[in-house]
Amino acid sequence: MAISVNTPVSTQAHKVRPSQNKRTRWTRQSLATVFLLVFLVYFLLPLFWLIVSATKTNPDLFTSFGLWFASDFNLFNNLGDLFTHDGGVFLTWLWNTAYYATCSAVGAALIATIAGYVFAKFRFPGRTLVFAIILGSIMVPSTALAIPTYLLLSKIGLVNTPLAVILPSLVSPFGVFLMRIYAEQAVPDELLDAARVDGAGETRVFWSVALRILVPGFVTVLLFSFVATWNNYFLPLLVLNDPTYYPLTLGLASWNAQASANGGAQLLFTLVLTGSLVSILPLIVAFLFLQRYWQGGLTLGSIRS
Amino acid sequence: MHKQQQVEADRSTLAVSTMKQKRVLLRQYRWRQRVVLPYLFLAPFLLLFILFFILPLGYALGISLFADRLVGGTVFVGSQNYIQAFQDSSFWEGVRRMLLFMVVQVPVMLCLALIFALLLDSGVARLRTLFRLGFFLPYAIPSVISVLLWGYLYSPYFGPFAQLASSLHLPAPGFLTDSGMLASIGNIVTWQWTGYNMIILYAALQAIPPELYEAALVDGATEWKVARYIKIPLIAPALVLACVFSIIGSLQLFTEPQIMKTLAPDVIGDHYTPNFYAYNLAFTNQQYNYSATISFTLGAIVFVCSYIFMLATNRGRLR
Repeated sequence: MAISVNTPVSTQAHKVRPSQNKRTRWTRQSLATVFLLVFLVYFLLPLFWLIVSATKTNPDLFTSFGLWFASDFNLFNNLGDLFTHDGGVFLTWLWNTAYYATCSAVGAALIATIAGYVFAKFRFPGRTLVFAIILGSIMVPSTALAIPTYLLLSKIGLVNTPLAVILPSLVSPFGVFLMRIYAEQAVPDELLDAARVDGAGETRVFWSVALRILVPGFVTVLLFSFVATWNNYFLPLLVLNDPTYYPLTLGLASWNAQASANGGAQLLFTLVLTGSLVSILPLIVAFLFLQRYWQGGLTLGSIRS
Repeated sequence: MHKQQQVEADRSTLAVSTMKQKRVLLRQYRWRQRVVLPYLFLAPFLLLFILFFILPLGYALGISLFADRLVGGTVFVGSQNYIQAFQDSSFWEGVRRMLLFMVVQVPVMLCLALIFALLLDSGVARLRTLFRLGFFLPYAIPSVISVLLWGYLYSPYFGPFAQLASSLHLPAPGFLTDSGMLASIGNIVTWQWTGYNMIILYAALQAIPPELYEAALVDGATEWKVARYIKIPLIAPALVLACVFSIIGSLQLFTEPQIMKTLAPDVIGDHYTPNFYAYNLAFTNQQYNYSATISFTLGAIVFVCSYIFMLATNRGRLR
């Protein structure tokens, strides 16, 4: 019964399909695209507002319409102010951020690569247990660690030094997890054995054979650690109190607090906005040019979970 | 004859002893290869992991068992701080607020991320690269700057929404008021993290072999049915992962309330979120011991929440 009803309908559907299909397909495509465009506006609007606002004078910020440029194009003056305000402290913050992020990222990526490689390619007692602890640590909230870390660092006198930011950032359990999966997939055991037969020691096998294959994974971890340190706020807030050691996030937040306390009377609001624009540009550029790496990293993380 | 025997015996003991030596050497070599070498390679990571993970955790647990007294200095009080934490209405107010936040914000964000990922993966939309990059972009922006940005956008003085409202002779929307604040923070978090979760889900979708759903499509299944019955079940692990990370992230909100406080000091109290509370206890009130107790309790709550969630979803999948 069901079949006899179904058959003619389905053949009919087959006959009308081509033209109707094209039209519905077109409608569906347009609907989906419009839907996504609405959200694209949502995601990009704050950034557009930031660009517009960075070109305004402080009075214009309050009087002109927020989502369009004011008649007075003040971007270059703002940039000038930004880099000279308070004795050019913004440049120091920029340099600090780059320095912390580079040291942490290179260190964390290298350490995670070695550890991931060992977990992937060696069988040793305690391997499962140690790896399980590292995996479990991903679930412990990092901010629950930050205050005790501060207290410990202050015990050994490292508070208010660059090391207080860099050293804790070198630990990347997620990086180890990612590199283990990557090494398991990318490095063939036969290749390592061949190198060993040729008389290479384990250190040599890692540095000159495995590491070369692991480079894409290494860059992925590097990128994520770099972003994490560049964007870090909580840890520097706790462990640094000298503004000359501040990273950008902390510096901009302190300017914002001053601006708000003064009711925005000073030119600090434009400084915060121009500074924000300058400090996100390097990351946006990095993400656009290193697409392959962050997408690859997230792929790996999601498949094996 | 006797001498010869002696020599022969010597030789054999010599042979045995060299064999023994060899075996010992071999065992040492194996031990070095199997145990010492891997741990030597792991040493940099393990050392830092112990210093900046295990040790702070242990230290927090340790000092949470002590209290500063006006008389007698620091004394061991056992579980007293924890009893205090369990009765501390400021702490639980923050926890309740974060649970409410989590129950609303995480599903909204992940549903959006899933819809975007499915649309981008199925190829129904145009301009897919633009969408993928545009949606992901907020992730690259430091959370401090996102909060500053949105804080200004919310501003009743020069925010564009307030400007639009006043040009229409409407009252400025109350983003920074008592009732609007949690939603405003939720919007910031959603704005920042939806694209990141979308990419995780999109990557998982791309990894599904097309043969698994091509047959269904040829048989006339709608894209919706393919998504519902084939794609979503296959990316369930990635969804669970995204959920767990979102739960962890939302329970420990800090930057958002801390920066928002400069814009709306009356709305955000010192215990708006549990993490902010722990921070204020330590750095405003100098109550390090009690702050460690709060940190530790919060960590335990987060851990238990994500663990229960993983267990529940695992069981669901087995059924």
